[in-house]
Amino acid sequence: MILVLIETENGAASEISLETLAFARSLAAEGGGIAIRAVVVGAVENRDALAAELGTHGAAEVRHAVGEAFTSYSGAAWAAALQAIRESTGSVVVTAAGSPRGNEVLAHLAARLDVPMAANATAFHGLAPFVVTRQVVGGAALEEMKLDQRPAIFSVAGHSWSVSPVEGASPAAWVEVTPEVAESDLVARVVSTGTKEVDHSDSLKSAKVVVGAGRGAGGADGFGAVTELAELLGGAVGVSRVVTSLGWRPHHEQVGQTGSRISPDLYIPCGISGAIQHWAGCASSKTILAINTDPEAPMMTKANYAVVGDMHEVLPAVIEELKSRGVS
Amino acid sequence: MTNVLVCIKRVPDSSGEVLLTDDQQGVDGRYVGFTVSNHESCAVELAVQTAEATGGTVTLLTVGPSEATEQLRDTLALGCHAAVLVEAEPARLGPADVAREIAHVVREKEAAGTTYDLILLGNDAADSGDFQVGIRLAHALGRPVVNGVSTVEVADGHLTARGDGPEGEETYSLPLPAVATLLEGGVEPRYPTLKGRMAAKKVQIETRALSAEPAGASRVRLLLPPPAPSTVEVLGEGPEAAGAVADLFAKLGVTR
Repeated sequence: MILVLIETENGAASEISLETLAFARSLAAEGGGIAIRAVVVGAVENRDALAAELGTHGAAEVRHAVGEAFTSYSGAAWAAALQAIRESTGSVVVTAAGSPRGNEVLAHLAARLDVPMAANATAFHGLAPFVVTRQVVGGAALEEMKLDQRPAIFSVAGHSWSVSPVEGASPAAWVEVTPEVAESDLVARVVSTGTKEVDHSDSLKSAKVVVGAGRGAGGADGFGAVTELAELLGGAVGVSRVVTSLGWRPHHEQVGQTGSRISPDLYIPCGISGAIQHWAGCASSKTILAINTDPEAPMMTKANYAVVGDMHEVLPAVIEELKSRGVS
Repeated sequence: MTNVLVCIKRVPDSSGEVLLTDDQQGVDGRYVGFTVSNHESCAVELAVQTAEATGGTVTLLTVGPSEATEQLRDTLALGCHAAVLVEAEPARLGPADVAREIAHVVREKEAAGTTYDLILLGNDAADSGDFQVGIRLAHALGRPVVNGVSTVEVADGHLTARGDGPEGEETYSLPLPAVATLLEGGVEPRYPTLKGRMAAKKVQIETRALSAEPAGASRVRLLLPPPAPSTVEVLGEGPEAAGAVADLFAKLGVTR
């Protein structure tokens, strides 16, 4: 039995949770058709829709943990629920998205059970021994890690697996459970959640086009053409770490190892040399068009397309060209 | 008065090319510099701010090689008061080992009369990316833990921590003693002053051996990702490339 912790966004499973289900399905197939159970914790907006969605992505059943303990988030309480469900189902694998929540809850579970945990797995290699590959050094290196204790606990790195629905699948069976949670697991719980204003980091992660800028922007006032092009293309602005460190742009726009990891259809890094930490955040882009004065910059040599030149000259010309073609 | 313990880690500076050791068990340190993770730099800054605001102290702790004294000295210069090195070969340690060693130091210090009201760590280390030392430490000590927060404030025996959640900024409030793991972005780390550097040189770094045999990291080997096939197509130079760029946008279907 494989247990998959599911996170939801606006009532539906998050994209990275569906990627995790795809990973779990591949693992289940390798094991000769191991059953997959999904775990959902706390409030659910539309149970039937979520059951149908999770069934479509490979879950035979959903265990839905309900109760006062889950009205606000606590990583320890979620782990307590996951532990109880694992014990009642005899699951030998527990996985979740390599998201902040997913990694946190799994780390709590691993600590409770005193077993290893592999964060951000991208692949697995057979079951005996069960070895996963995971990202380390910000994606600059990979680690093969043996998970030979049960349960095997690992999270799945975002964008490492594609979402793959099953045609004609039945909705997952829905089972409501009320796991016991100790008071000590509720000491560190969210006491208030601020209103979500314009969430740039979310729009950055989901944008189909991202226009990026680095040191080549030259200063806080050097982003006019960057933002204009992003708006023209219906995309988002993403910047390198040096830009946020210098205070030119806010941290939520940062792409990279300690910022957002993006996977747009098109990424246009302008004046970004392409340090490994930045590359870790943008390597999943489908197409990269780099603009830089240095044709030997790593970003230029790794890109699919390149323009050699100063972003302050190239971008206005591109914007003018687009407008002349009726793009507005 | 809040006494803060900050756990840092000597990690390869991966801004350059990363190469592996011949046995594929670690990053080849001959060709890279070393630093601490960005998350930990923010944790140090918050620790110093917290201690300054309450008349408390900041103690640094690292579990790593003797060379990690370099990172301890650099960080001491930022306004920290004491430093502990648990000397160990990093490749032998897994996150559970590191958490156990930190917990061991905390318990021994407490038995000797030094308590740490707050323990700060980075949310994850830049090299191993394990995401679990802080949580395992909290479990070992029986303390509450908040993860991936950007700011911490201490008042009236409570920790208030804030960070981004999926639905907006989340606030946690929990009693001390507690553990918190920090993300980058909530605070700007300071630069060392000359006075700070001079003071750091005088601090006696307490060096310890491992308290127990490590269980290890379950590592089979490290690999380098396959290089991306370089198929770069240069569309042109300078503003003259604008037409080719616009053509590319049309071809990719990104112009509305």
